[in-house]
Amino acid sequence: MQIDLRTVSIQPLRNTFDHLARRFGDKPASRYQEGSYDIQAAENLHYKPTWDPDQDLYDTKITKIVMKDWYALKDPRQFYYSTYTLARARQQDTTEANFAFVESRGLADMLPPALRDTALNVLVPLRHAAWGANQNNTLICGYGYGAVFTQPCIYHAMDNLGIAQYLSRLGLLLGDTEALDAGKAAWLDDPVWQALRRYVEDTLVLRDPFEAFVAQNVALDGLLYPLVYGRIVDDFLSAQGASAVAMLTQFMTDWFDETKKWVDAVLKVAAAESDDNRAVLQDWIAAWSARAASALLPVAEIALGANADAAVGEELAGFRARIQKTGITI
Amino acid sequence: MDMKVAKKKLGLKEKYRLMTRDLGWEPSYRTKDEVFPYVKYEGIKVHDWDKWEDPFRLTMDAYWKYQAEKERKFYAIIDAHAQNNGHLNITDGRYLSALKVFLQAISPGEYAAHKGFSRVGREFPGVGTQVACQMQAIDEIRHAQTQIHALSNYNKYYNGFHAFADARDRMWYNTVARSFFDDAMSAGPFEFMIAIGFSFEYVLTNLLFVPFMSGAAYNGDMATVTFGFSAQSDEARHMTLGLECIKFMLEQDPDNLPIVQGWLDKWFWRGFRVLGLVSTMMDYMLPKRVMSWREAWEIYGVENGGALFKDLARYGIRPPKGWDDAEKSIDHMSHQFMLGLYQWSFGTSLHSWIPSDEDMDWLSAKYPTTFDKYYRPRWDHIRKLAAEGKQFKNFGLAKLCQTCQLPVVFTEPDDPTMSCHRETSYKGEKYHFCSDGCQHVFENEPEKYVQAWLPMPALFREFEGDVGAWMDWVSLRDGQDNGDYVGSIDQRNFEQWRGLATSNT
Ligand SMILES: [Fe+2]
Ligand SMILES: [Fe+2]
Ligand SMILES: [Zn+2]
Repeated sequence: MQIDLRTVSIQPLRNTFDHLARRFGDKPASRYQEGSYDIQAAENLHYKPTWDPDQDLYDTKITKIVMKDWYALKDPRQFYYSTYTLARARQQDTTEANFAFVESRGLADMLPPALRDTALNVLVPLRHAAWGANQNNTLICGYGYGAVFTQPCIYHAMDNLGIAQYLSRLGLLLGDTEALDAGKAAWLDDPVWQALRRYVEDTLVLRDPFEAFVAQNVALDGLLYPLVYGRIVDDFLSAQGASAVAMLTQFMTDWFDETKKWVDAVLKVAAAESDDNRAVLQDWIAAWSARAASALLPVAEIALGANADAAVGEELAGFRARIQKTGITI
Repeated sequence: MDMKVAKKKLGLKEKYRLMTRDLGWEPSYRTKDEVFPYVKYEGIKVHDWDKWEDPFRLTMDAYWKYQAEKERKFYAIIDAHAQNNGHLNITDGRYLSALKVFLQAISPGEYAAHKGFSRVGREFPGVGTQVACQMQAIDEIRHAQTQIHALSNYNKYYNGFHAFADARDRMWYNTVARSFFDDAMSAGPFEFMIAIGFSFEYVLTNLLFVPFMSGAAYNGDMATVTFGFSAQSDEARHMTLGLECIKFMLEQDPDNLPIVQGWLDKWFWRGFRVLGLVSTMMDYMLPKRVMSWREAWEIYGVENGGALFKDLARYGIRPPKGWDDAEKSIDHMSHQFMLGLYQWSFGTSLHSWIPSDEDMDWLSAKYPTTFDKYYRPRWDHIRKLAAEGKQFKNFGLAKLCQTCQLPVVFTEPDDPTMSCHRETSYKGEKYHFCSDGCQHVFENEPEKYVQAWLPMPALFREFEGDVGAWMDWVSLRDGQDNGDYVGSIDQRNFEQWRGLATSNT
């Protein structure tokens, strides 16, 4: 028997799952809501972790930040796996086209050697910093509480890895494997990079997921991305005729603009929750951003020389203004 | 200076090395023990993380591109499925019980795997290992979400799906799967990899997903077929990761062998108990059956598993300890489970039913040595009671196994007329088990398993046996979600909507 199912008109019994109806009312839920809210086990956790019996398997007490509802930390982009992947696939297309453009026209070879060296010296060691960011975001995802807060962190971690890989490709394109070797040697031993490496290593021992979020996503990347990709690449290098480099780092510029909306939204909601939260965030941001600024100064000097100090100062002021809008004053 | 020096041609392996493990470095401002605090306590010795062979070489740009392609197709199909009332294409409303088990017990497991792989993706000191684990972490949240999205439309039309998040944490039969994943996540990073990465993804996954997905295809469920199909290439990566992981541990140091073997014994048995739900689905819940549980076990257990353990024998690995007991239970377990589900069906967010004559003939053909002898008579008895208007209900408290959390419903491996029950005392308390396998698991780590949250005692402690209050607490709607399929709202709606008779076609 053949039936045309489209012609069957039937009334649904319900609009959505119970846990979503409780949160958002009895109406159809979005795919972001279905894929994010309350999907982490919450009750009757069976065993204490053998790796740290003082913790619960999912534990709100491993951070100083206290939330009545961790699902309040909504991602304004409403990324779930599908929307995230589609967005990055599109950006990946653009980046691929940019790399192809630079390669096919031999733009890398046309760069003035001094500018090319500056680009390599500033950018290539940052692939290691991006790997550090990947570690921190993976940790936040793993140990943070509630999918609404943690799922963007695994997306962020994979982005950090992608950025490390784009920087590696940039190094190979502009300076071959020697550039990667030199960049790594600088990261490990050159005094210019040691304050930043120490910063990154100090974040790698953080076990409070929210502090890791602040140290990495708020403080370090909040200063590093506008300083390096905005000021140094897009402004300084491009103005001198090295706009090919800016094509190769367009992903990073766009990415920072997009992701900071999420970072700000998380800060804003967490700070608005309580004065205690706000005070903790204030302390963390003040301490980590001061360190990040001084760690980035010698890096900025590679490109900007004597103007670096002023540049970092301006970035820091811009950063403070940005944070101010989330209700936190530093 | 001549800039036109030809670039070095990099091999794929070398290029991938530069894109991953070359990103890492030895910390000097902090110690490795501070950065990777959990990697030593399990006793696994790793001398050289660089010996890790990348199981697949996927950079992020390629990952985004391939995965986005799959996502586009997946959502196009399930959108169409929802718009066209695709749920009416299923063979029969009984089939929905399989989906309800899946959403309540398996999808939360995908999410747990996501969290677990994020954790180990941070805790291992080798970049290659970390990257592979992180990719699995992001894949697993994909699986949780695509499953919820695919089944969301069923929830709009049928009962038993609406409270899956509550049922995950509170419903007695879901603690079987929940405790399995909690167990793995509360273990150290290496054991987690053997538990989920190897035992679950490599040894058991075919016994779970292949029957489920072919069952869906046979029974007209395009939504489920689509998420299964879409996850296939992810699973292929996960399997190679699991295999690489166990080989890596075994190759790094001979002292690792007994530890790994112990975990294999444990996780094979833990996983095998979880798969009991699958056996029931295959033998009882599919209106149109794919193959029997016995047949699936022959292919995916005996043949594939046998070949795998033959391959691992060169490292000194032997087949898991519970293998023979598993084999002995194959012809019994689905029947014992379904009888259990039926007698406690007043307390399940899914329907069960008495098999029809046709069903029973199929079961006796597939289980010639056991069905007619042990199980048909019990179904006949239940059917007689039902004909007299008395549904067979067991309001008695089932004793739950302290390890796997299933009710103690199994029989002795060597005597199917004797019910199997083990017990042990620990610090003055008595603990019950369904099998030798579960008792061994407990005795190796009693401090862990005494913590288990057992749903039945909790029911009595907190609700003083008030079944109605308990139903509210698990968000089970009496008369809607539970009980016999025959006479259920699901049956009425499905038949009415479909406008077809439900003779077993
Ligand atoms: Fe999965
Ligand atoms: Fe998987
Ligand atoms: Zn058991």
